Amino acid sequence: MEALIQIGIVAVLVCLGFFIGRIAEKRHYASIHAREKEYIQKPTMNWDNVENIDDISQAQLAVGSVVISLDYYKRILAGFKMFFGGELRSYAPLLDRGRREAILRMKESCPNADAYVNCRVESSAIAKTLGKKNTVGGVEVLVYATALYYRK
Amino acid sequence: MIITNLETVPGKTIVEHYGLVSGSTVRAKHIGKDLMAGLKNIVGGELTGYTELLSEARDESMKRMTAQAEELGANAIVNVRFSTSSVAQGAAELYTYGTAVKIE
Repeated sequence: MEALIQIGIVAVLVCLGFFIGRIAEKRHYASIHAREKEYIQKPTMNWDNVENIDDISQAQLAVGSVVISLDYYKRILAGFKMFFGGELRSYAPLLDRGRREAILRMKESCPNADAYVNCRVESSAIAKTLGKKNTVGGVEVLVYATALYYRK
Repeated sequence: MIITNLETVPGKTIVEHYGLVSGSTVRAKHIGKDLMAGLKNIVGGELTGYTELLSEARDESMKRMTAQAEELGANAIVNVRFSTSSVAQGAAELYTYGTAVKIE
């Protein structure tokens, strides 16, 4: 009986993760696509050579970060996949969402800038404990760059 | 205080270097936030509580770095870098460092 209840709990969590997680992911991607369109005109680069741009009036550090986590269904899926090795496909959208969201937040922190240079992307796993149950696992993505304002 | 992660401040010239300045802070998670994050972890997505916690901590470490630079008489910090490391279970250190300079 107890084992049945436990299986039931896991099944409910998997279903919750599968359905709500999927809806949330779709919604998040829709918002990312919409916001990326707004900033499509502004160059974002990861080089730091600004010597050939000579009409800069102001420079400022822009930072954006996000902590994002995987849903229960995908985590279990990845757990199974780890037996066999290979690519963990369920993790890819998670990191993709995190990075794009963080880049957008970095841009949104300086919305009037004309260009973003020396853009760095860093990610770190937070609260990751192997072999321990009930811990929150997530990835923090940090993006920082220098926002440039041109003289007009 | 102008902060950039370039080696220079565009449009300005560096007249003096003051060396490395840094700021750091170690933060632990709030138990309530942890609980919420645990629930959020079932459906996945952004853990807003953690995002806020880390960005507050990062602001604090930047503030400390800026204070140190001001003490030296600098008016800009260039080549700023961030780093995060977990020092203990459930705690993270946020470290910010850069070079303090005087610009004209």
